[in-house]
Amino acid sequence: MTFGGIDPALLIASLMVASVPIMLAAIGELVVEKAGVLNLGVEGMMIIGAVCGLAAAVQSGSPVVGFAAAAAGGAALALIFAFLTQTLLANQVATGLALTLFGLGLSSLIGQGFVGVKPPQTERLTFGPLTDLPFLGKVLFHHDPIVYLSIAIIAAVWAVLKYTRTGLILRAVGENHDAAHALGYKVQRVRLLAILFGGAMAGLGGAYISLIRVPQWTDGITSGAGWIALAIVVFASWKPWRVLLGAYLFGGITVLQLNLQAAGARIPVEYLSMSPYLITILVLVIMSANRGRGAIGAPASLGRNFHASR
Amino acid sequence: MHRRSLLTSAAAFGLGLSLATGAFAQMDKVKACFVYVGPINDGGWTQQHHAGATAVAETYGDKVEMVYQENVPEGADAERVLTQMALSGCNIVFATSFGFMDATNAVAAKFPNVMFEHATGYKREHPNVSTYNARFYEGRAVIGTIAGLMTKSNKIGYIASFPIPEVIMGINAAYLAAKKVNPDATMNVIWAYTWYDPAKEADAAKAMIEQGVDVIMQHTDSTAPMAEMAKTPGIIGFGQATDMADYKPTPRVSSIIDNWAPYYIKRVGEMLDGTYTQGDAWEGIAGGEVQIGEITGVPDDVKAAAEAVRDGIAAGTLHPFTGPINKQDGSAWLAEGQTAPDGDLLGMNFYVEGIAGDIPK
Repeated sequence: MTFGGIDPALLIASLMVASVPIMLAAIGELVVEKAGVLNLGVEGMMIIGAVCGLAAAVQSGSPVVGFAAAAAGGAALALIFAFLTQTLLANQVATGLALTLFGLGLSSLIGQGFVGVKPPQTERLTFGPLTDLPFLGKVLFHHDPIVYLSIAIIAAVWAVLKYTRTGLILRAVGENHDAAHALGYKVQRVRLLAILFGGAMAGLGGAYISLIRVPQWTDGITSGAGWIALAIVVFASWKPWRVLLGAYLFGGITVLQLNLQAAGARIPVEYLSMSPYLITILVLVIMSANRGRGAIGAPASLGRNFHASR
Repeated sequence: MHRRSLLTSAAAFGLGLSLATGAFAQMDKVKACFVYVGPINDGGWTQQHHAGATAVAETYGDKVEMVYQENVPEGADAERVLTQMALSGCNIVFATSFGFMDATNAVAAKFPNVMFEHATGYKREHPNVSTYNARFYEGRAVIGTIAGLMTKSNKIGYIASFPIPEVIMGINAAYLAAKKVNPDATMNVIWAYTWYDPAKEADAAKAMIEQGVDVIMQHTDSTAPMAEMAKTPGIIGFGQATDMADYKPTPRVSSIIDNWAPYYIKRVGEMLDGTYTQGDAWEGIAGGEVQIGEITGVPDDVKAAAEAVRDGIAAGTLHPFTGPINKQDGSAWLAEGQTAPDGDLLGMNFYVEGIAGDIPK
């Protein structure tokens, strides 16, 4: 079954793979923003994760160690951000941008020795008879573990935010940090943990690019995925399942445009290449046109620093 | 004002002096500088240029100082790097990417006593600009033969970089060779708009495989498409610029290897002994600049057919562009038995008959 030479099963399967990095980074950033912190350094944390993951996987020969190192690397960079914004009360926007620039440069330095090196391969999981199912087998049951992990993380974040006390505290800190402080919650500690989680997720997303999707190192390998992740958080109006939707939409268009080219669609390449970004802008415009609902979505204390003495 | 004009005339005097004495005389020591578009260990294009540069340094020892700059973007940065090299005392500068063409000519105008060599370009606007290239299309004909014989789906993929004559020439040569041995073969081209972007190249290879393409050629420099092909059994590809031997015996079944060392050694040698003149070099398989990597993982008859094409080209008995060939729109290009003039190849901006799709403008 194909449409215009494109097999939908393969297309869906590869869009699921293509959207993993932005999905992981976006769900991390969603938690950070829910805690009231705006970290624009996602791109920097992703690329540090990408290079740390590759370096650790190559040295140890194990992709699992690679992913763990990637999460640690991303969190370490996020720790710098946390120190600057939570302890020194630096401006979050400026610090986040600086973090991206710093991450890009540092990753390039670490990556010097790893250009052209092949990382160990991550095996795809198979689910016995399920993998052999005609359509669903290809779409759902023949991926690497990180694809499933990313969806599980979305589900976990959703459940924690919606049903647990931890989620409630996190949201309280993000909505009104003064009130949360008055109730006795450690605003800065909650935010620190959220920022570390965001860094670890961005790192994982970056490592997915350098260990599975490409798999190789090159300078600037994340090529703007972090910014897309930031846009997806807004697109999702800070709701976890919509992050999944946004990531699939973006990943889907990215994959579709290459498939259309390979299938010989007579659409100029330039339009196809810009289409994912165009649609992202379009969706953001439509979202923000509906002002009332968009404003409800954003945590009230987003981007504002908290100091207990005030 | 006085001071400035004085300085200018002093500079002009110095320049004239050095032109008269320096440019084409023998030199005791040459500073040879190389500008690369990618990293020196990219596993492709730049790695081979660097191997050539290293060979120069090894051949002449103390008589040559070799300097290089990697990862130079095509555009304004290239001009800055070239200017910096000319200012730092380079005697000969090799700019090793097509996109450095205008920058090279612009900088060459300002430094008439520094020799500039531009790879794969066609502009020689000043007497100190030479161009050099290799007949990669000859290699494309060899791997095109393998592709035509090996494809089961009759779909051959081509990851193209930029729509420039060099790349279009390669697509046409590969297609003609494939069609000769397999009339049903079709060519599926993806324009990646990059020379080196592993992520993009891997995605392009993946999309092709999903489209049923089972033989992939690449005109981009990273090994990422190879890594992608390795994930699916039965898909084969070809090393580009280097042998990409890590992926032997499959998915890499052969390769087109660039060998710049002979040319670099010759040109720097000419600087040393004072015989250097402006030139336009275009050597191929016969001259050793284009080498075909060991053919692995294919049946013996396929290997023999490819080697016959290679040897025919080397002996001069076979030209990859031999008529009758029509352009894509059906108009005649080459008549029966006619071979393509170099000028037509260097300005090639059309697909030959049988290739679907448009070349982006």
